[in-house]
Amino acid sequence: MKRVVYREWRIAPERYWSLLGFLAALIGVAALSFGYMEHEGHWVSGMNNSVVWGMPHVFAVFLIVAASGALNIASIGSVFKKPIYKPLGRLSGLLAVAMLMGGLLVLVMDLGRPERLIVAMTSYNFSSIFAWNIFLYTGFMVIVIAYLWSMADRKGGPFNYSIGLFALVWRLALTTGTGSIFGFLVARQAYDAAILGPMFVALSFAYGLAVFMLVLLFSFDEEGRPIGPRLMRRLRNLLALFIGVALYFTLVYHLTNLYIAENDSLEHWLLLSGGIYTFLFWVGWILAGSLIPMWILYHPVLSQQRDWIIGACALVIVGGFAAMYVIIIGSQAFPMALFPGHTIIESGFADGVNGAAAAYWPTIPEILLGLGGVAMALLITAVGVRVLQFLPESLADDVVAPDEETLDAPPFAKPA
Amino acid sequence: MNEDKTTTPVDSGRRGFLGTAAGVSAAALVAPGVFLHSVAAAPRTEAVTDAVRWGLLIDTAKCADGCSACVSACERENGLDLQEPHSATSKWEQQQAAWIRKVKLQDNQTGRITNLPMMCQHCEDPPCVDVCPTGASFKRADGIVMVDRHLCIGCRYCMMACPYKARSFIHQPLTGQLTAVPRGKGCVESCNLCVHRRDNGEDSTACVDACAAEGHGAILFGDLKDPNSAISQRLREIPSRQIREDLVLNTGVRYAGV
Repeated sequence: MKRVVYREWRIAPERYWSLLGFLAALIGVAALSFGYMEHEGHWVSGMNNSVVWGMPHVFAVFLIVAASGALNIASIGSVFKKPIYKPLGRLSGLLAVAMLMGGLLVLVMDLGRPERLIVAMTSYNFSSIFAWNIFLYTGFMVIVIAYLWSMADRKGGPFNYSIGLFALVWRLALTTGTGSIFGFLVARQAYDAAILGPMFVALSFAYGLAVFMLVLLFSFDEEGRPIGPRLMRRLRNLLALFIGVALYFTLVYHLTNLYIAENDSLEHWLLLSGGIYTFLFWVGWILAGSLIPMWILYHPVLSQQRDWIIGACALVIVGGFAAMYVIIIGSQAFPMALFPGHTIIESGFADGVNGAAAAYWPTIPEILLGLGGVAMALLITAVGVRVLQFLPESLADDVVAPDEETLDAPPFAKPA
Repeated sequence: MNEDKTTTPVDSGRRGFLGTAAGVSAAALVAPGVFLHSVAAAPRTEAVTDAVRWGLLIDTAKCADGCSACVSACERENGLDLQEPHSATSKWEQQQAAWIRKVKLQDNQTGRITNLPMMCQHCEDPPCVDVCPTGASFKRADGIVMVDRHLCIGCRYCMMACPYKARSFIHQPLTGQLTAVPRGKGCVESCNLCVHRRDNGEDSTACVDACAAEGHGAILFGDLKDPNSAISQRLREIPSRQIREDLVLNTGVRYAGV
């Protein structure tokens, strides 16, 4: 094993600047979308009094959840002491901060009164999980920046483990808090479930790692830095495992609801007759987002091929957006059970007449605003790796640490 | 000279004029801030207390099918009729603000039809107040749940949390709002039991008056804490319930006949 050397991302300037220009353009368009929605009011969006959170929240929550998940790699290296992951810690921390920034920006830009952000920072109601999240999110950034310092600076070394442990606990709290934004809502049948907290943690593992792997593979490919098969095998297996864990929570969530009679109608709607939501659940979340990538990652031949692994990561992300759409928008579209045992046959306020789901169709400004958040996260990452030493020069097999499981083991075959 | 001054009779007319002039100028200076408000509206001058808890009792047996007098009255009283449609009709129906709505229900087992108005239920433990990050969604001491429009950042979390779908978001820019009912783009709002009437010491709400004027008298307004109020007496006489009683929110709006 050689010493790991970190070096700035030195791709050709024209390539780097065109990447930056593309991301900046996306951010610019998102800023225009924000200005348009802010100036005109939210009537230009697809959101309404029934579906009050729309596409911007799908992007924002995905980014926030993936942000906490991206930090896992650093935790595995410094808290769980798996040396093979150590060289990846810096990128993991950078991505975590960048995605959180992107997600928060989208969330804030979608407020009805974004200019009152200062109110949200000066006037708190601590019975609100939202108020807690303001501290969890800002705290996360501060802690991860300290974590990065402890990884990169010789003086920070002694604090690396303790900061890493603190960051791990904090990120678990953060993702649980994000899931609890929905889990604490007694009003809507699809929410009101404590399992949403841990389920979001499980989802974050998968989404965060998928994003991390894509960024890692892209940045290494661009500059021709090597990644050895040993590390790829580790990451690949970890992603497959995380997808499995996320799938397990999804299964338990739906089985619980199916068992409870009052939620029969919700499950029937979501799993069978919910139109776009049913499609996104089965095809997006379960098939494309979970089963196909798991199949690729465990396939003896395909899992050896870089392009297939990239495809699997991309599918996990696509599935993640589908899952967020189903969880955030589908759960609002399903009518609230105001009068159990009754059917609402007329209503002056779209109360789910004859069980109809609320209408919502995302508009272009909403989608562009959300994409701006993704672009912001990638821009911060691209600038970060260019100006600071985040990326290791090589992750080839002879550079990364040996598999520590085999270190103490006696040789399998006795010497003759 | 001193003697002269003391013996000079006081010009009471002049003194009176000066006094009045001083008073008027002082009033003119202070008035915009304090004086005119209190003189014009003659409202309560003390803080709201929890000695009362305002509530409604809706007798669904008296609520007529096809009548929407309460809805129109609420819209007039609270300036909701001033909203201009922005999006296409079907979309606008979902986006315009409404504080009260008529709902027609059918019992799945028996087929029995019930008509009733739905509005903010003014919970004792309101989920919208729990979730509001800034404390904009609040409950007054007299039980009225409402939104402080200076603190509302428009995050809509209260709308996610309300089990009664009682809240509306202002999706569009507005002009010409009523003085008594301030309203602005990007904030959330809902029925506040005509809070401006409460603060002026009036004794009913727009929906109650309209329902009575139609001859239905299906809605009763009053103090739930006063055992002698009409609403308390009626609640003792007839069976009533809260919508979504399972959530144990102790609503201030009660329904009979559902």
